[in-house]
Amino acid sequence: MALPPLPRPYQDTAPYWKAAREHRFVIQHCTECGEHQFYPRGVCSHCLSSDLEWQDASGKGEVYSFSVNHRAPHPGFADKLPFVLAIVELAEGPRMMTNIVECHPESVTIGMTVEVVFDDVTEEVTLPKFRPA
Amino acid sequence: MANAQRDVAIVGVAESDLGRVPDKSKFQLSAEASRAALDEAGLTVKDVDGLLTTIITEGGQFSTMLMAEYMGITPRFTDSTSIGGSSFVAYVEHAAMAIATGLCEVALICHGSTNISDRGGKGGPVSQTTDVFGPSQFEEPYGVSTVGSYALAAQRHMHQYGTTSEQLAEIAVATRHWASMNPKAYMRDRITIDDVMNSRLIASPLHLLDCCLVTDAGGAVVLTSLERARDLKSKPVRVLGTGEAHTHRMISQMPDLTQTAAAISGKLAFERAGLTHTDIDVAEIYDSFTITVLLTLESLGFCKPGEGGAFVSNQRTAPGGDFPMNTQGGALSYTHPGMFGIFTVIEGTRQVRGDCGPRQVPDAKIALCNGTGGVLSSTGTIILGRD
Repeated sequence: MALPPLPRPYQDTAPYWKAAREHRFVIQHCTECGEHQFYPRGVCSHCLSSDLEWQDASGKGEVYSFSVNHRAPHPGFADKLPFVLAIVELAEGPRMMTNIVECHPESVTIGMTVEVVFDDVTEEVTLPKFRPA
Repeated sequence: MANAQRDVAIVGVAESDLGRVPDKSKFQLSAEASRAALDEAGLTVKDVDGLLTTIITEGGQFSTMLMAEYMGITPRFTDSTSIGGSSFVAYVEHAAMAIATGLCEVALICHGSTNISDRGGKGGPVSQTTDVFGPSQFEEPYGVSTVGSYALAAQRHMHQYGTTSEQLAEIAVATRHWASMNPKAYMRDRITIDDVMNSRLIASPLHLLDCCLVTDAGGAVVLTSLERARDLKSKPVRVLGTGEAHTHRMISQMPDLTQTAAAISGKLAFERAGLTHTDIDVAEIYDSFTITVLLTLESLGFCKPGEGGAFVSNQRTAPGGDFPMNTQGGALSYTHPGMFGIFTVIEGTRQVRGDCGPRQVPDAKIALCNGTGGVLSSTGTIILGRD
């Protein structure tokens, strides 16, 4: 069974992936302008400040859009069809790409309330995903 | 800049062999299209002093140096801006700027890709990546793809405005009708809305026939000053207005899934041309997917946000309709080598010249071409007119 492409953590992102491995969902907060951002960066994408802090996020959000995918973009998804690709708008504001899991793909709707779950894909990598709340 | 501004014209356009061309490299396709475009104008490769191209596939790094060396060009204006399929429309703006200010005299925009032959002649998955570096590590592990990204936009537009799959299918059907009149088009058999609706779902709500082709292809466009253009072999087509913009790289970061950067680039192109929507006789709108066209028409302001579905209904964009669009058959039915932008410029030029034979839009004097790149990320808009 092929694995999906997995993240190779780097300077900006290592704390995020480390937290995910510990089943904590974290988000960056700018202490200078007060905005949250996703995905993690070395600076704030609103004001370019380097003064960012990691906060435990609520893990809640709603589906901004989704698509039920019937074609595998990579061999690692061949045994997962159909899967739900989705953009979730987090309660903190930013949006992120994810999968909606633990439900029938056809039951997913835009605006649906969702919560984070942790998929331990390998011993090293955990992917935050979302399920209906 | 010491030089006064000069008007600029397109003087040559050409495609290479299209479709499945397994015996030619992408470099050869690009160079053969370049030769043909220069021939149209009565120019030679020795006249070229500006080169604009990008290759985003294997072996294409340092694209302008690579292609200049391949063709024996020593440019003094060089541009390998890489914003996806819209690059080649944005290059018209960059070339026009360079010629207008005297940075170069003859600019060559070229493109070549063996997108289908590289896949062994078949479509399907291409990614074999095992670990992902950079921001895309927040998308690829979830199975993002090009079609999946555009599907997210389509789903959101349907949710927000009630747009239907049938309305998207109107675009595919109209575009195939145009293709049926173009001997160079890859798919020429007419289709119906039912055919689109009954084709298999790839990524909901997009069906197979909502998606562009995958082909090999090359194309080229040659520009020079209008003054020089008037002494050349071909009929000059003036560059009246241009614009470019980009809003994001990854689909999850797109500010609004229902509006593209064409809202910016289109407005600029219209303002700079001093023209309005009713002046446009023919539109060449990048159609990687049917939803790309619908969002672009709204973003360019041909209709209001949410009205794109109604706008394209009743085969309005087909031959005989009152909004002729994608008259060569588009990326949906004519050709699509991964980046389609240059082909919107080629067809827009031919329509304004009156060179399109059976598919010629009667008395087309002004064309709008719009490229979209990345995942609805970047746009280039140009407006072309008769001299």
